[in-house]
Amino acid sequence: MPAPQCVSCHAARAALRRPRSGQALCGACFCTAFEAEVLHTVLAGRLLPPGAVVAVGASGGKDSTVLAHVLRELAPRLGVSLRLVAVDEGISGYRDAALAAVRRQAARWDLPLTVVAYADLFGGWTMDAVARSTAGSGRSRACCTFCGVLRRRALEEGARLVGATHIVTGHNADDMAETVLMNFLRGDAGRLARGGGLGSRGEGGALPRCRPLQLASQKEVVLYAHFRRLDYFSEECVYAPEAFRGHARHLLKLLEAARPSAALDLVHSAERLALAPAARPPPPGACSRCGALASRALCQLSLVTASRRRHI
Amino acid sequence: MAAPLSVEVEFGGGAELLFDGVKKHQVTLPGQEEPWDIRNLLVWIKKNLLKERPELFIQGDSVRPGILVLVNDADWELLGELDYQLQDRDSILFISTLHGG
Repeated sequence: MPAPQCVSCHAARAALRRPRSGQALCGACFCTAFEAEVLHTVLAGRLLPPGAVVAVGASGGKDSTVLAHVLRELAPRLGVSLRLVAVDEGISGYRDAALAAVRRQAARWDLPLTVVAYADLFGGWTMDAVARSTAGSGRSRACCTFCGVLRRRALEEGARLVGATHIVTGHNADDMAETVLMNFLRGDAGRLARGGGLGSRGEGGALPRCRPLQLASQKEVVLYAHFRRLDYFSEECVYAPEAFRGHARHLLKLLEAARPSAALDLVHSAERLALAPAARPPPPGACSRCGALASRALCQLSLVTASRRRHI
Repeated sequence: MAAPLSVEVEFGGGAELLFDGVKKHQVTLPGQEEPWDIRNLLVWIKKNLLKERPELFIQGDSVRPGILVLVNDADWELLGELDYQLQDRDSILFISTLHGG
């Protein structure tokens, strides 16, 4: 069974069938379509206005590698400038190798890179120290939750440091669908309601954030990286196997086998959800300890660092 | 009787970690009664190349969901998946989408 012809250029052999449309495209036409769709996501959502200084959260992994590469292609048309911001969580072995990949990308693409470390920002915290303190206690599963909160803040600090007006992250449709599943499974209606849309506008002094790859499936992100021959770092974080997200990912993969568009459909469903008034989270205010944007009295960072201090 | 085939098998996106970190493998598949297809290539890979945790690569008679398979740079979905019959000098690439982000 030979591959069909590309339905776009009618010249080359098709390299893939797109999950949602079922279109069979060659590698070159697929990459062009992928870039056009990211451009459309950014323009239609008014995510990055002309003149924006955009901090790209860069981990060296496939998603942020593809995001940085695509935005670099689109930057002249969008009229924005890019800065790479990488976060060093203090995970020896894993993060050192990933940061090396980010440094290679910054050099190859001639983009300025800034690295911010948990150890410098959060008074000596590293994820290795956190993991040691929780090992075998049944609380190690919470490592990723804790790290996620710290990373969000670190990226914000790094972005301010480089004078950015906007932050972009590489979350793709599968990441968002996993989050939707996790929020459902945990009964977290407040997060479900907040998760909709392509990002946050930047309330309460926080920089606006967006996810230009949110409508791109993981499979297409990986295929784009393959056809564009992008070099990325692909090892799992040493602490990730503990995380609940793994179960949501597994469930999503099983669903996708039966329905290729499952991830995109879940993201779409979450965006269309309407919550009963009683389930809506209160409008965000300021953290009573550090003044950052918070949906409760304390922001996530103050909350988790306070609970960690009690345990360590 | 199918003649022996010489093919390139490559692993990427983190899948190579299950193969001692080696990405490219030039392999010769021995002649056998049945034609070689991806289904029996996977059995051969499991027996001859896979070094650890086979369940992270193979589930049932196929690859674990989330691992992409490209035959000569085309998604195997276009080519009949497990039933694709290998040709001499084919290149088969397995990319994990499950690692990192």
